[in-house]
Amino acid sequence: MTITNRQSTEDVAAGIRRRVFLHTMRNNGGYLSQACSAAETLAVLYNEVLNLGEPTLPKMPLPFAGVPSASNPDAFTGAGYHGPFSPEYDRFIISPAHYALVIYSALIQMGRMGEDALDYFNKDGSSVEMIGAEHSPGMEVTTGSLAQGLSMASGLAWARKRRGDTGKVWVYMSDGEFQEGQTWECLAAMSFHGIDNVRVVVDVNRQQCDGAMSSVLDLGDLPARVVSFGATTRSIDGHDLDALRNATNSAEPGRPLVILANTSPFQGMPFLQRRFPRLHYVRFKSKDEREEMKVAIAEELGLELESI
Amino acid sequence: MVEIVNRPYGKAFEAFAPSRPDVLCLSADLTSSCEVDGFRDRHPDQFLSLGMAEQNMMSFAGGLAMQGFRPFLHTFAVFLYRRPYDQLINSIAYPNRKVRLMGFLPGITTPGGITHQAIEDIAVMRAIPNMTILETGDATEVETVLEVADAIDGPVYVRVLRGEVPRLFSTPFAFNKLRTVSEGNDVLVVTSGVSTEEAMRAAKPLQDRGIGIYHLHASTLKPFDRDTLVSAARGKKGVVTLENHTINGGLGSLVAEILAEEGIGVKLRRLGLDDTFAHGASKPYLMKKYGLDASALVVAIEDLLGRCLDIADTELEGVRLDTVHSAQKAEAL
Repeated sequence: MTITNRQSTEDVAAGIRRRVFLHTMRNNGGYLSQACSAAETLAVLYNEVLNLGEPTLPKMPLPFAGVPSASNPDAFTGAGYHGPFSPEYDRFIISPAHYALVIYSALIQMGRMGEDALDYFNKDGSSVEMIGAEHSPGMEVTTGSLAQGLSMASGLAWARKRRGDTGKVWVYMSDGEFQEGQTWECLAAMSFHGIDNVRVVVDVNRQQCDGAMSSVLDLGDLPARVVSFGATTRSIDGHDLDALRNATNSAEPGRPLVILANTSPFQGMPFLQRRFPRLHYVRFKSKDEREEMKVAIAEELGLELESI
Repeated sequence: MVEIVNRPYGKAFEAFAPSRPDVLCLSADLTSSCEVDGFRDRHPDQFLSLGMAEQNMMSFAGGLAMQGFRPFLHTFAVFLYRRPYDQLINSIAYPNRKVRLMGFLPGITTPGGITHQAIEDIAVMRAIPNMTILETGDATEVETVLEVADAIDGPVYVRVLRGEVPRLFSTPFAFNKLRTVSEGNDVLVVTSGVSTEEAMRAAKPLQDRGIGIYHLHASTLKPFDRDTLVSAARGKKGVVTLENHTINGGLGSLVAEILAEEGIGVKLRRLGLDDTFAHGASKPYLMKKYGLDASALVVAIEDLLGRCLDIADTELEGVRLDTVHSAQKAEAL
């Protein structure tokens, strides 16, 4: 993709946080902590790592065109914002569909979607759904039921390898998905079949809907567990751009690559620490609370108050 | 005596798949039990072993189909929908992927008991949008169902018979077309799967007593050949359905829906598992115990006609004798 005045990856990460914050303020709630933990990983992937073609869908997201069926030729997926399905291009599967607002913000920041695309967010009849559906921008498959994305990506990757495609299959996952048995079934299968064109980036923010994972169902030594399933495993600081760059480039033949990006759910917005451990979806209990958060986080993000 | 065909699916799949490189054979640790062990050995490039991990297999197959492959999943019918139902919905059915779910040992054709007997699969699958449901009733249908399934734009669930299978029909599986087995005037009998052979056992004794049976065999359960059913049901004294499945949500239910929607006021008797689980035992024993056999059909027809037909069990043993001592019997469950 040819981009003039290419942004720095730092700017993309800052832009993702800013857009998710502004949207959360304007709509009295949102998936704010996911932007904090995911901003750098998504920025590195979209701005530097992923080999994607030009978008094939319009800047302004299309309305929902009906569910897929043999009799509905109009149905589409959000994969078009990642470019065409060509053998040389990568695919990018977003497994935690709850990160949708963060993905939409990243697509806008990257110029893959229009500035006003979030006007359609969570609006009746829109494809820009709150939990990403497969017709939502950036979504390529149905992943709202967690832990299916990795398996679908693995089938896709096996098929692409068989076809001789050079493009890779990248998967963005949340650490909560490692509580599902299917994830481990899939890691075993990838290892057994030597599926080495899959690159997985996991947002290890140690948070889930009920709160801290340590209080819900702790995963123990996650890197050791993933290693023991035969994946090339890199456990890194998920906010360190150089560490991310190195890790994404460290795949080994015959093995899937799993990058455990250890992140903070309030990175860039330290004020959010006050909400710990209830961070899954941030909403405001009162006008005062909203105002307090607005002022504090705007300052943390370097935003002018008038712009909010 | 009816011809008995040994392992028709295994031969059919091996004749079907090699010339179609986009067809893949997936298996979940029941390869020989699904008769694809020979295919695995002779065509390893088209075979993918995914182990006892059906949830991953479902989603993985969805990914393969995204890339233009047409995976045929082989395992017991029961393992294709009970454990991995969420994956079936989200990774296959919703995106209308061309994944073919080959379900072996449907209903009480397995002595494996509750864990192995898919007795509500059709009810579950019927409720899934985009899903097509096929059921084989004899060796000819097993031999010819692959091309039918492969031609469908979307997911397909197939109930497959294995081992020693009788040949009842001489014409291939025809998609969404009820087979007319006999054309009598008194009672309409609609059957599917192994129940069809049972109904055929009852044909002669009923004919001998002057009872005209109009017998339809259903091998496509979703969609359904409504027109043929409706024209056959008109003017009959009653309708009986017989299926290797619970009477809730399967063939009996869908016939009831159509008769009601068309305003055909005719009495209906649904035979099959009467809202009960079964248990592990031989097929003939279970068919007798749960009223899925020819004598249960005779009782239902007697009830509809209000007369005793005095048919002895010995009169219902025609068509074929079950091969109780067959080599297939001991095959791995």
